[in-house]
Amino acid sequence: MYVAVKGGERAIDNAHAWLAEARRGDVSVPELSVPQIREQMTLAVNRVMAEGSLHDPDLAALAIKQARGDLIEAIFLIRAYRTTLPRFGASEPLDTGAMAVSRRVSATFKDAPGGQVLGPTFDYTHRLIDFSLAAEAQANPQAETAEAPPPPRTPHIAEFLDAEGLLQPEREDAGAGAPPDLTRQPLAFPATRALRLQALARADEGFTLSLAYSTQRGYGRNHPFVGELRVGVVAVEAEIPELGFAVEIGDIELTECETVNQFAGSKTEPPQFTRGYGLTLGHCERKAISMALVDRAMRWQELGEDFAGAPAQDEEFVLSHCDNIQATGFLEHIKLPHYVDFQAELELIRTLRREAAAGPDPVKEAAE
Amino acid sequence: MTPQDTEYNFAYLDEQTKRMIRRALLKAVAIPGYQVPFASREMPMPYGWGTGGVQVTAATLTPEDTLKVIDQGADDTTNAVSIRKFFQKVAGISVTEKTAEATVIQTRHRIPERDLEAGQILVYQVPIPEPLRFLEPRETETRKMHALAEYGLMHVKLYEDIARHGHIATAYAYPVLVEGRFVMDPSPIPKFDNPKLSNSPALQLFGAGREQRIHAIPPFTRVVSLDFEDHPFERGGADADCAICAASGVYLDEVIVDDAGGRMFVCSDTDHCRERLEAGHRGPMGAPAEGEAA
Amino acid sequence: MTAPLLSVEHVTRRYGPRIGCQDVSFELWPGEVMGIVGESGSGKSTLLSCISGQGDPDEGRVVYDARDLGPVDIREMSEPRRRMLMRTDWAFVHQNPRDGLRMTVSAGANVGERLMAVGARNYANIRAQATDWLGKVEIDEGRVDDRPAAFSGGMQQRLQIARNLVTGPRLVFMDEPTGGLDVSVQARLLDLIRGLVRELGLSAVIVTHDLAVVRLLADRLMVMKDGRRVETGLTDQVLDDPQHPYTQLLVSSVLQA
Repeated sequence: MYVAVKGGERAIDNAHAWLAEARRGDVSVPELSVPQIREQMTLAVNRVMAEGSLHDPDLAALAIKQARGDLIEAIFLIRAYRTTLPRFGASEPLDTGAMAVSRRVSATFKDAPGGQVLGPTFDYTHRLIDFSLAAEAQANPQAETAEAPPPPRTPHIAEFLDAEGLLQPEREDAGAGAPPDLTRQPLAFPATRALRLQALARADEGFTLSLAYSTQRGYGRNHPFVGELRVGVVAVEAEIPELGFAVEIGDIELTECETVNQFAGSKTEPPQFTRGYGLTLGHCERKAISMALVDRAMRWQELGEDFAGAPAQDEEFVLSHCDNIQATGFLEHIKLPHYVDFQAELELIRTLRREAAAGPDPVKEAAE
Repeated sequence: MTPQDTEYNFAYLDEQTKRMIRRALLKAVAIPGYQVPFASREMPMPYGWGTGGVQVTAATLTPEDTLKVIDQGADDTTNAVSIRKFFQKVAGISVTEKTAEATVIQTRHRIPERDLEAGQILVYQVPIPEPLRFLEPRETETRKMHALAEYGLMHVKLYEDIARHGHIATAYAYPVLVEGRFVMDPSPIPKFDNPKLSNSPALQLFGAGREQRIHAIPPFTRVVSLDFEDHPFERGGADADCAICAASGVYLDEVIVDDAGGRMFVCSDTDHCRERLEAGHRGPMGAPAEGEAA
Repeated sequence: MTAPLLSVEHVTRRYGPRIGCQDVSFELWPGEVMGIVGESGSGKSTLLSCISGQGDPDEGRVVYDARDLGPVDIREMSEPRRRMLMRTDWAFVHQNPRDGLRMTVSAGANVGERLMAVGARNYANIRAQATDWLGKVEIDEGRVDDRPAAFSGGMQQRLQIARNLVTGPRLVFMDEPTGGLDVSVQARLLDLIRGLVRELGLSAVIVTHDLAVVRLLADRLMVMKDGRRVETGLTDQVLDDPQHPYTQLLVSSVLQA
């Protein structure tokens, strides 16, 4: 006697229990604490904050712990949490010129006011596994600190080119008004640059990186130079309606990248440099640079350039596929049961095969 | 009723968000078959697992509602269980497996066998709302095609099916024309269910979370499956009766029963099957219904 | 009194400091075939895109004598009307058939698409008309279910023509219709186009760099250089007795070749 399969509910409960056990791993190994993740897995925490678009290192660290180190899963947890938070208001535009920089490099000038600050970078390390890190207790590493206090402002490299008229000034999108909010309005095409940047800021790092890379290899090439890459802490100010003026409500770490790109000139403008722009929460420089390249590639229309058919130029392609939470959800949903549709396909295939076997060619028949 | 988890607003979403979704729903009802963009929220389940349907359900539910959730026609499939539990937790509403008792039914891939009634709302989970998407990938272009009712391309696809197979080879997500104006994707229900879309007394709402679209079929709306005059729409379906309840003319799942490839067909709609068993119908493999002496 | 089918008035299109085409005017009368010749970069393709509604001129206008509306500036028509016009009353034959065909659907569906776009819903009729048109463009009717990818270049071009003419358009734009084909294939295609144009009484604008094409097809000829019109006249007159030095050069270079 056949009894239809039941017990989905029990199966789910058991699976969740097993997940919790697997998350903890071998209990003879000490459990990770959230502060440990926050302090020692900082770049993972930063990526989760950037793509989760929520600046909260403790929460991001907790999400990483809960997600067993699966960063996309952790980003997902942050996004789902973020969407429940009430929206009190919008901050004033951030002044990244007043950033307390921990890293600031320019590839276009040997030196510039404010100096080149390497900061905590992997750039010039030799990628050799450091077995000494496997040892448990180590002396606390300590870097030297500059004696002079950091300058209150570090000017943007772009300002120097701007002053000479070599760099196209950034224009506001015509008639755009306040920047749209991707998390409160449906994505609509054609997208303004503000909307594209917003989507890219939340976009998957790997996807953005590969797109940017493809532009370097000729698919929508835009000849970028890293005009400036800076990482540091910026004050966030918000206007409090009751007070009538803006007050500082906290500090956040940001990564900002401005690329300087060649531009041949258009109907109305002489040749000059143009900009690609990248900005992320936390220290995520690979992402910020990638973002700037993809931003610039998508500006072809506004700048009167040719559409080369490159994926990175195609805003519908980029914006519709850059969000890893959308992507992973839709991809993984094919694990769900689809047997009703499959049954319909099964019947169709059987019918077609039966008719094919039975004889006169149905195509010819249909033609008559 | 289960006590609602008070950490969350009723039905999880905040009131502003629900209002935004309701505005989109009203617009969708006013323009049957038209895809209304809405600012889909991130939900605590992944995109592709019913976030659109969950948001529509959340915006539709009242504390007095009784919710039924099905996936593949069944109440007991894992994702249906998960969504039902979610709403029990965040809305504290009553739930049921009985189609007749439900005021809101969220579904993935099926329309219940039992005729729906006035006052019931059927909420579909939709993966890709755009029926033209696989013919024309560009949103700007497909929106224009809808605006101008340029649907020639859709028939090119159907023509091609007939030329190659002698049949329209679309078995599910079979495109329909709603009230003579908009071509609509009815979500991946088998085409067997298409006739039930038309002229239903119930309100049918479709939510696509990842794609940020809502569309609707108001009660008593004419919904026609696309076809050719000389190759009319065929409903299809297995040529068998349910092995458990002996139902005929219903959508059947094919179940493999042994290693030798033995097969049987059973109702995809588990509630319908149960109802028939309780009414005394028996197929060759019919077990006594729960509650009856085993 | 008849009106011109198409009036092109002072059409100018620039690309930055570079001129696409400048101040070009001409009239096309019902049943007339106009040839536009010039070397690459002469502006003939830019002009064609402006007058066929695919690109926007910076200055000037294009007036079409629509069946139901009478003479109308095509830029002032509503988009639905313009698109309807472009898929019923107009046709556009691209140089590369891939730009004008759907390569992933059968020849029959390619021809049938325009019929279905204007509401045809009977499969057998659509198929019969498609098959009939394949015959008219000398494609074996047995290939109605083959995809254009399996066709030779010449067949693809003929299929593109059938796909365009099935709705009985009055005006056909052709952009280098014989470009990229072997000489023998070109001759056959030209013959076919000439037959169809005469038989159906089509008006046409044909852009080409090939004087043999216009000699065979065009009633009138316009010669372009550097975005401007340098000479216009009856085809035989321009080719046999060119007035402008550039036309003389063009004609003599062909004769030598």
